[in-house]
Amino acid sequence: MITRFCICASILALTAAPSCAAETSAPQTTPEKNAVQKIKVGLVFDVGGLGDKSFNDAAYLGLKKAEKELGIAGEYREPGEGAHRESHMRNFAKRGAGLIIGVGFLFTDEIRNIAADFPLKKFACVDYSVTPVQSIPDNLIALKFREEEGSFLVGAIAALKSKTGKIGFVGGVESPIIKKFEAGYTQGAKHVRPDAQVKAVYAGVSDTAFKDPQKGKELAMSLFDSGVDIIYHASGSTGLGVFKAAEERKQMAIGVDRDQSDEAAPGVVLTSMIKRTDQAVFDTIKETAEGQFHGGVHSLGLKEGAVGYVYNDKNKEMIGSDIRAKVEELKSKIISGEIKVSQSPDK
Amino acid sequence: MNMTTIAAMAASTVRISTPYAAGALGGTLSERGGVVNIALEGIMLTGAFAFVTASWWVSTRLGAAPQWLAPVAGLAAAVTCGFLVSLAHAVLTVSFKADNIISGLAINIFAFGATSFLLVRIFGSSSNSARVPSFSNWALFNPGGTLGAINDIFNPLIMLTIIMFVASQILLDHTRFGLRLRAAGENPSAADSLGVNVSRYRYSGVLLGGMAASVGGAWLASDQGLFSAGMTNGRGYIALAAMIIGKWRPWSAAGACLIFGFAEAAQNHLQIYKQSLRGLDAAALDLPQRVAATIPSQAIQAFPYLLTILVIAGFIGRSTPPAASGKPYETGNETA
Repeated sequence: MITRFCICASILALTAAPSCAAETSAPQTTPEKNAVQKIKVGLVFDVGGLGDKSFNDAAYLGLKKAEKELGIAGEYREPGEGAHRESHMRNFAKRGAGLIIGVGFLFTDEIRNIAADFPLKKFACVDYSVTPVQSIPDNLIALKFREEEGSFLVGAIAALKSKTGKIGFVGGVESPIIKKFEAGYTQGAKHVRPDAQVKAVYAGVSDTAFKDPQKGKELAMSLFDSGVDIIYHASGSTGLGVFKAAEERKQMAIGVDRDQSDEAAPGVVLTSMIKRTDQAVFDTIKETAEGQFHGGVHSLGLKEGAVGYVYNDKNKEMIGSDIRAKVEELKSKIISGEIKVSQSPDK
Repeated sequence: MNMTTIAAMAASTVRISTPYAAGALGGTLSERGGVVNIALEGIMLTGAFAFVTASWWVSTRLGAAPQWLAPVAGLAAAVTCGFLVSLAHAVLTVSFKADNIISGLAINIFAFGATSFLLVRIFGSSSNSARVPSFSNWALFNPGGTLGAINDIFNPLIMLTIIMFVASQILLDHTRFGLRLRAAGENPSAADSLGVNVSRYRYSGVLLGGMAASVGGAWLASDQGLFSAGMTNGRGYIALAAMIIGKWRPWSAAGACLIFGFAEAAQNHLQIYKQSLRGLDAAALDLPQRVAATIPSQAIQAFPYLLTILVIAGFIGRSTPPAASGKPYETGNETA
């Protein structure tokens, strides 16, 4: 309750102060093709804010890159815990930001409503949760990653690398979003090794399931004790516990969202399924600045280079050139459409 | 079920119970003296943060320090932190006679904010700290053998928690200090009339409790070798529940914590067991396997809560708090 109050107070202060700032609304003249405009971009972070070592940081990188290369003016807000995402976005819209970006699926409902209220502004939402019931306004881009494709590749790596033929998955909450990771992982493993056994477990039923390293460690140790030798996680900081368990049990783990090898002891992180939120944010800003904004769902996968897996000097010895070649082959098959990766695990 | 699984589950039960147990003991010591302490969550969280910061500082700044020094410094920092945070609670509730719940709540909110803020300031991340040295387990059994998982519980901090329980049980039941502490919680005016300094005993209870609870925080951090934002995740409140189920007695509270720990460990293993049945021919399964295969995963997730409700409703009977718990006491001297 007290936090709520503090946040309210600080927002009041924020809204009061900038109202006297220059009210330059976004240029409404029809832009020449490829002439980059110096638009204002407002970015609102998910819970966790800057320094989350995950998509907030990635989105920030994208914004910084756009500032440097396109000369746009970027601003960001960190709502923290609580439901003040909406007021930050409305504030940006009122103060003349040309493009407003919300980072995280939590923004879905709010950003759709605000986009309808400000039809002349452009909006984008990372991980927007698309439902058949709600249509997406023309001035809103829903950035959707095909995580199942990246997960397919790390699933193949895990199954090829596993000695026992049993691999594990630790998810945060058993929701459609996290199920995609499990689904891709399982399909990838079964594709290269039909007898592979994938054991998928979930940390909990609420948001805390994504920030409970002790739970992650206990789940992972139980998995390792049941014969699993590689675990992929999609569970936020709960996954830190998975890495710790892998270190203690002398097994391996697979990171998520970005190269997580620096979060664990050397030799623990076999690879990571990466998601290029930075690139998606940058591309969206670029398209908008060039007058090429197209609302609707933007589906980003292997083909767009928006998801993938880590293969670098740190882990190429661990993966090995044979597995690398096999996985690259699978990658090109997914890109060409020869392999279709399903979003649901039970198919 | 084979020996390996049983050993793994037993170890997991103890490990999950440890932070609950340290917290429940902290709550018990505090409340037996008459001060309700819902600040356990905040004490554990700051304890975890202090452990990581001190361990990190020793390991990075004192290059020549021996291996064991970093986690020991971490534990010392955690306990100091537990002392200071519970001192704040004691000053507010005993000296200033503030409402116990409000003081505890304020401390919890402060602890979450302060640790998150310092995490960014010291480690430059809102998510988690750098990895730091922690207490390692003693390998008493062959790590690759049947009982290898049991090694996970031979950790200095788990042993310390067990020692704290034995010491507290003796302290409360068999010493003059314990008798007077309980008197301060049950009937402070009677204690006062016999010359017992109620405030001093209440302070002692809260401070001892705070230090005990901070060991739970140190364990969480040591077990991970890092701090992550809000890593206690409500364990301080579960500890309070264990204290109540344990009827404000250390032994019984430890039992309640083990039940909670077992429920979670069983839930983890059930999830995995269910997964191992996936893809098998339904006709080939025996009855327990068929039951496990048909339980929805949501029901498995709910298992710890169901077990808790069953225990509270069915087995423990009436649980009565210390009579003067949560009631500020005005000594006769002060009013005169």
